[in-house]
Amino acid sequence: MNKENSFTLQCPLSLSDYPHVLLAHGGGGRLMNQLIEKMILPEFENPFLKTRHDGAILPVAGGKVAFTTDSYVVHPLFFPGGDIGSLAVYGTVNDLAMCGARPLYLSAGFILEEGLPMDTLWRIVKSMKMAAEKAGVQLVTGDTKVVDKGKGDGIFINTAGVGVFEHDLIVGPKQIQLGDAILINGDIGRHGIAIMAEREGLQFESTVESDSAPLAELVLKLISAGIQIHCLRDLTRGGLAAALNELAQAGGLTFEIDERAVHLDGQVRGACEILGLDPFYVANEGRLIAFVAAEDAGRALALMQSHELGRGASIIGKASEKSPGQVTLMSRIGTRRILDMISGEQLPRIC
Amino acid sequence: MKFIDEYRDAGSAKKYARLIAKTTTRPWTIMEVCGGQTHAIVKFGVDELLPRDITLVHGPGCPVCVTPLELVDKAVEIASKPRVIFCSFGDMLRVPGSKKDLFSVKAQGGDVRIVYSPLDALKLAEQHPDKQVVFFAVGFETTAPANAMAVYQAFQKGIQNFTILVSHVLVPPAMEAILSSPQNRVQGFLAAGHVCTVMGYTEYEPIVRKFGVPIVVTGFEPLDILEGIYLCVKQLEEGRCAVENQYARAVRRDGNRPAQEIINEVFCVIPRKWRGVGEIPHSGLALQDKYRDFDAEIRFGVAEVCAEESPECISGLILQGITKPYECAAFGTRCTPDRPLGATMVSSEGACAAYYRYRHYRAENPV
Repeated sequence: MNKENSFTLQCPLSLSDYPHVLLAHGGGGRLMNQLIEKMILPEFENPFLKTRHDGAILPVAGGKVAFTTDSYVVHPLFFPGGDIGSLAVYGTVNDLAMCGARPLYLSAGFILEEGLPMDTLWRIVKSMKMAAEKAGVQLVTGDTKVVDKGKGDGIFINTAGVGVFEHDLIVGPKQIQLGDAILINGDIGRHGIAIMAEREGLQFESTVESDSAPLAELVLKLISAGIQIHCLRDLTRGGLAAALNELAQAGGLTFEIDERAVHLDGQVRGACEILGLDPFYVANEGRLIAFVAAEDAGRALALMQSHELGRGASIIGKASEKSPGQVTLMSRIGTRRILDMISGEQLPRIC
Repeated sequence: MKFIDEYRDAGSAKKYARLIAKTTTRPWTIMEVCGGQTHAIVKFGVDELLPRDITLVHGPGCPVCVTPLELVDKAVEIASKPRVIFCSFGDMLRVPGSKKDLFSVKAQGGDVRIVYSPLDALKLAEQHPDKQVVFFAVGFETTAPANAMAVYQAFQKGIQNFTILVSHVLVPPAMEAILSSPQNRVQGFLAAGHVCTVMGYTEYEPIVRKFGVPIVVTGFEPLDILEGIYLCVKQLEEGRCAVENQYARAVRRDGNRPAQEIINEVFCVIPRKWRGVGEIPHSGLALQDKYRDFDAEIRFGVAEVCAEESPECISGLILQGITKPYECAAFGTRCTPDRPLGATMVSSEGACAAYYRYRHYRAENPV
């Protein structure tokens, strides 16, 4: 076999390090990035995948479309502020919105575990319907599979989505410019803490609700107002820190963040303090960061704050230096440090 | 948020920094004992506010870091057994044993669970009478009362399927060991505030008398630490040594008596091995004979596991404050949080992990 035609069966991730998939490989941190960079990207190499955006922007006759997919395995299935159904709709809608597209059509693939109460499935389907209406998308195709009891966790959902562009703006990590202002549409960490509280039975004075929400309308409002948006990213697993780091690396720029400008709900903060979690790494489902031209920052902030999903918006920092693709944080006491990506899931501390 | 915002105020932090600078006339080396303090210092950049003459060295108070490798191996062995539910605080799961960590056991089908309290593990034992539930009882005096309470309740309720794998260590003997070492450079201590909420600080009074070092019981917020440093430097500059309590909002001289009573009921003091440091006399806890039935090492017969540390890891020197993380040749290259050589890199409270996470760009040109 000549070298060019040969293929290798050897796994590009060193098996001696990780002979088995760990939860951290899906945690949105460094291990997941390694998996994508070393195993997935080289095998499927193409310019669309290479942008490492939330969705692919594809040329079609007469224009372009945005296309994306995501899978939902959240446990518990129902949590304050949402459920797996609404999450599956909003998550995919948001990925399309982050490309700058108007989301239009979704597919849904259900993997159901034998024995799932029919009533549970019904509640999830109803929730998806309401979420789709709220987000302005139609669910146009789908698939259902049932696995043996014990081989699933009640229900897993995959959704894929297609969106269209109503403008010529190119939104992506490579578009980020030196001096760009970084905006966020509200406080961080609600989703992660809501899930954790539900899962672990943590009690608060009042319920912490997930921030899960469809963000397309907010994004399109900014775009149609002529804001020069260079890049958008919704915050999911790995939280604000992971999103900033991914973009800093992809864009090859250094971002400077002011910790004081990043807002936290009092109960989210309390939970993080008690459990030893850093809210910068806690999951969100209805928050985005927007990189906008410095001269548009004030107007973009006002527009965000006038939208229901951006009332708590703030400018948290800027793209400050050309190299080397990292994120620095000005702490509350006025010192500077690195805001790194963590390797896997955050773990509650001993004491 | 009350008790947090006022202790993270930039203006007050700068005031304390100026006060420390004004008080300092000579070089001093101060050790913060607790890993939580190390974490806060590096995360908030507290050391950057200090005059050059003040050197902070990071102490052994990270429970994950000082848990011996063979104990992690024992945990892995027990957790891999069928019909065992192995419960642990979250940050022990990623600590590498000599072959694998508890996360890998979980990935291979072991029932490994993160709990927030040993009493949750006890509850699991009651819910699963057909399984053996084991709790990894790691930590200092801070976690000892809750762990003792779980065993005490199991005993009272006659719960047979609950055991704990004990790796408890005590702070004052470790401080004495550091001060007794010929390599010691520590001139004053910030004692671990949380440990003192349980134990109080009378234990430190003989150490102060014996070694002539100031010890300041200190909290965990940036301003706590700055005030602790100030009080310590002031004593050093004035040629005094005493136990002082910066963390008075949480710590009383006698500590928490009921918590101490439950510790003494369930545990007895033994010599313990500290990872990277070696055995220190009177520095650990083991179950009293009355509670031996709850000892996982005995129930699962894993008492004789031997493990070799990576020869390259210098975590022992780091835990004693002799070397700084970035002075290690493997730091940030062969040793990272993804592939830690030793526990000071893996635990979120470990000094190496804190330096890597918050300032790894300085590995080549440290402050």
